[in-house]
Amino acid sequence: MSKSGLLKSSIARKVSMALSAFFLMFFLLQHLTINMTSVFSAGVFNEISHFMGTNFVIQYLLQPVLIFGVVFHFTMGFVLELKNWRSRDVRYVKYKGGASSSWVSRNMLWTGLVILAFMGLHFYDFWIPELKIKFIEGDWTGALTEGGEPIRYFDHLTHKFVNPIRIAIYCVSFVLLSLHLLHGFNSAFQSVGANNKYTKGLQKFGIAYAILVPLGFVFIALFHHFNH
Amino acid sequence: MATLDAKIPEGPIKDKWTNHKNKINLVNPANKRSIDIIVVGTGLAGGSAAASLAEMGYSVKAFCFQDSPRRAHSIAAQGGINAAKNYQNDGDSIFRLFYDTVKGGDYRSREANVYRLAEVSGNIIDQCVAQGVPFAREYGGLLDNRSFGGVLVSRTFYAKGQTGQQLLLGAYSAMNRQIGKGKIKMYNRHEMLELVKVDGKARGIIARNLVTGEIERHSAHAVVIASGGYGNVFFLSTNAMGSNVTAAWRVHKQGAYFANPCYTQIHPTCIPRSGDYQSKLTLMSESLRNDGRIWVPKNMDDVMAIRDGKLKPTDLPAERRDYYLERRYPAFGNLVPRDVASRAAKERCDAGYGVNKTGEAVYLDFATAINRYGSETAMISGENNPSDARIKELGEAVIESKYGNLFQMYEKIVDENPYKTPMMIYPAVHYTMGGIWVDYNLMTTIPGCYAAGEANFSDHGANRLGASALMQGLADGYFVLPYTIGDYLSNDIRTGAISTETAEFAEAETAVTTRIAGFMNNKGTKSVDHFHKLLGKVMWEKVGMARNEKGLKEAIEEIRKIRTEFHKHVLIPGSSDEMNPELEKALRVEDFIELGELFAKDALERTESCGGHFREESVEIGGPQDGEAKRDDENFAYVAAWEWTGDPSNSQVHKEKLVFNDIELKQRSYK
Amino acid sequence: MKVTLKVWRQKSASDKGKIETYKLDKVEEHMSFLEMMDVLNEQLITEGKIPVAFDHDCREGICGTCSMHINGEPHGPDRGVTTCQLHMRMFNDGDTIYIEPFRAKGFPVIKDLVVDRSAFERIQHAGGFVSVPTSGNTQDANAIPIPKADADKAFDAASCIGCGACVASCKNASAMLFVAAKVSQFSLLPQGKVEAKKRVLSMVEQMDKEGFGNCSNTGACEVECPKGISLENIARMNREYLKASASSE
Repeated sequence: MSKSGLLKSSIARKVSMALSAFFLMFFLLQHLTINMTSVFSAGVFNEISHFMGTNFVIQYLLQPVLIFGVVFHFTMGFVLELKNWRSRDVRYVKYKGGASSSWVSRNMLWTGLVILAFMGLHFYDFWIPELKIKFIEGDWTGALTEGGEPIRYFDHLTHKFVNPIRIAIYCVSFVLLSLHLLHGFNSAFQSVGANNKYTKGLQKFGIAYAILVPLGFVFIALFHHFNH
Repeated sequence: MATLDAKIPEGPIKDKWTNHKNKINLVNPANKRSIDIIVVGTGLAGGSAAASLAEMGYSVKAFCFQDSPRRAHSIAAQGGINAAKNYQNDGDSIFRLFYDTVKGGDYRSREANVYRLAEVSGNIIDQCVAQGVPFAREYGGLLDNRSFGGVLVSRTFYAKGQTGQQLLLGAYSAMNRQIGKGKIKMYNRHEMLELVKVDGKARGIIARNLVTGEIERHSAHAVVIASGGYGNVFFLSTNAMGSNVTAAWRVHKQGAYFANPCYTQIHPTCIPRSGDYQSKLTLMSESLRNDGRIWVPKNMDDVMAIRDGKLKPTDLPAERRDYYLERRYPAFGNLVPRDVASRAAKERCDAGYGVNKTGEAVYLDFATAINRYGSETAMISGENNPSDARIKELGEAVIESKYGNLFQMYEKIVDENPYKTPMMIYPAVHYTMGGIWVDYNLMTTIPGCYAAGEANFSDHGANRLGASALMQGLADGYFVLPYTIGDYLSNDIRTGAISTETAEFAEAETAVTTRIAGFMNNKGTKSVDHFHKLLGKVMWEKVGMARNEKGLKEAIEEIRKIRTEFHKHVLIPGSSDEMNPELEKALRVEDFIELGELFAKDALERTESCGGHFREESVEIGGPQDGEAKRDDENFAYVAAWEWTGDPSNSQVHKEKLVFNDIELKQRSYK
Repeated sequence: MKVTLKVWRQKSASDKGKIETYKLDKVEEHMSFLEMMDVLNEQLITEGKIPVAFDHDCREGICGTCSMHINGEPHGPDRGVTTCQLHMRMFNDGDTIYIEPFRAKGFPVIKDLVVDRSAFERIQHAGGFVSVPTSGNTQDANAIPIPKADADKAFDAASCIGCGACVASCKNASAMLFVAAKVSQFSLLPQGKVEAKKRVLSMVEQMDKEGFGNCSNTGACEVECPKGISLENIARMNREYLKASASSE
């Protein structure tokens, strides 16, 4: 069966969702780890950030993969939601979804959409300025300018966590990410066919991941908000 | 007029089937393609027949009234399927299975057919395992067996309490394979309403599409009826709501003899009715009687107090209880055969001792067993002087491990905890041994018309043993019919396709549309169920577990009256060119009413008691068997095959004498 | 007890359909839900109205014919039972009960509460079998020992009754649990392994063609399944499918 044929089947689609999710979940953990260094040491954070921002492999090979992963995940998500919506042409007058499934599992679209909107903000804050400086202005030193003053990654980060409204949006988004992950983590394993004696343990790990990782991001935001 | 020739092959019983298969005519594979076979019903017999015939190369058209072949009522069989595999090395053999089946049938079945059934039984298990039927297995990976229905060997294969389901899904999967290949054309939600005969041979059917209401003509070179039993003539039975006699009855009215209609099996352990709204009865496995003690109160005051809820059965002291089976049958006690246990329950309830508000229930009490198991467990685990509560707890655990799923089912339906208070049970109709008369080849008295499974009469005599129904259905469908039908069809290789544009088809179709129009135009006031319930009540009270001449004669009169009233006052809402469940029921009940009369007539004529048929006039008088059923081999060792002559009252009986060369006739005793 | 019923009435597949309200005064708690429907129909017939069409047959929870969506759930609020085993004692006096057909594009309504589940049939035709002849001349049933654990798991999967509650409960109207049950049964048994690849590919392909939605692992199907078919089966089917697509030509 050809690859395109593979993606035409329902199972292939859900496996592809799961694979992109695995990638994104790995990325998230990596992102959190680097961000966490900012709590301990501005220097280390700057160093890693600079490496990540200027390394050829990361910039030209992994970054496109990441972009593809993100775009693929939400596009496929939309496609599936639409298909799924259409597979029940007449809706129930009374439907008690809560009796048999969790709210998070039924609302991945909405939690996902909020996360997507947040990513828009996130890109606007961090990624677009980066791109502008590096690829348009050709400055690969890792410095940004704000108000004429050049600032480093760490300063840029702390600047963004000053505005309480932004902090609030940030926190809400991570709560929704947590909800998304509460279902998504284990759903991805189920989709690729991993359901065995380890599943119970994995489910607990998944819950921990879904709570701790977003909590970590929220912690970093609040930490910088209150310390700078 | 056809004569009753059972066409039993010559030779010793163990060689009959082999020799017969070797001698009968075959159809060459190229010719099979151009031969059509209609199979009506897709349970174990019909499903396996359709799949096998298609596999052999015939073009099969299969019909079922359900929305899928998988829903046929074979699916509800719980216990298991017998096969003479002798995997347990406990002395089982083909002969022993044959012997048990004939004896269990109270010597009213045809020896040669039963022997063949036992002979192919082992093949069924091989076949089902190859199809992926998940039978229960032992830790070594080999198939597990259990003992069933009071026989001396363990020959019952099972898949938890859902053996019928698993076997049916096996046959269904074999059908699916052929449907996918285009060899079976499946007609779901279709009901056969008439058989079409051309030159005296079965050449097609008229069926109603239950979704559109369209009346359709379907032709074939042979027609197989595998539409199951007619227990629903009693309205309340363990059969599915849709189970009906129509296909069989239509064939009967076209000339197929109907054999032993009065042979009905009534199962003693069913959940009692709870009210007039009751639509069906649920069976509880017979195995419960291994540990339950059956009783009713001795005194009428206690009965009344229990019915009014003033007295709990658990509070009634032992000396005020009547363990009537233990009293009447000290040797077998609560483990007497199904028919005996059922009749005894009816006797007590008729005398007014029934313990629920309908007066039709007796207790099945596990308290003694719980105490016994509890004490034993305590002893084994070294608990000295356990409290009563502790004994109960331990005992309940043992009972739960044995019957947990049944107790749970009971609690779901009745809303009482059977660990704490005795279960209530009452007998219910669940299988009909009678059916369309067939010869050794399973052909009815209409050439080209066959009957298989519960729809035919052949293998169980007057009483069926547990775990034998599944065996017979699959034996007929997988291993008997596919061979024997070729013998007949070998003459049809030059016939070519049968046209449906003939006078015979037109006439049959008109008969059906006229019947339907009659119902639709009837300006009645009462629902079909109203009449079905009336019929059921008469059948149950006068043609049920115990029958006598007076009651049967009354029943015949009453059924005739119901028939007239039905045609005068039945109301069918809606129209006939759409899905119309009321019309479907009306067409079925019309046939049930006619069958009911013949049923009573057959019971009236058979003045002996045998198996499930108990005539109060035919009992042992005096001696150790006093009051028990008395068979009359001298006058009644025959199959009563009824010929339709226009009205059940005029039906003519033809007798097929049963000859027993390999088995000696004996009386059953349980005292 | 008294109940108010809000029943979906639809004359035919092409009719638009709507909810009708009926009141029943003499409902007994020991009635099964379908017996309550019988009482309703008897009342409708007496009033000269058209009774409600609904699918039902064995009324003991095994044939899989009954198919109502009751108060927002397939087979109603009780667990581990089909509609025919649901009893009125699960409801209270004065309750309003919504009764709708199973809803899915793959299950078009035929009339009132009756739906067409022939999509399930076609999925089975595509591969729900082991290709052995029905001659019985196969090897002896005990020739291949099967580990008890596998046989038991295969049985659990095979106990699916094909009622369609999985589809009805799923927010995506996905039929994965149904298909997975059959795929699992055979993939666990040596007899079924031979054709395992072809089977899973064909059955999934047919399932997709029938217009069922995609599984998003909400788990509603497992909760609502009257036979408790496990989600494990879906994971197993996913594995089987991946294996088959990776190795097929």
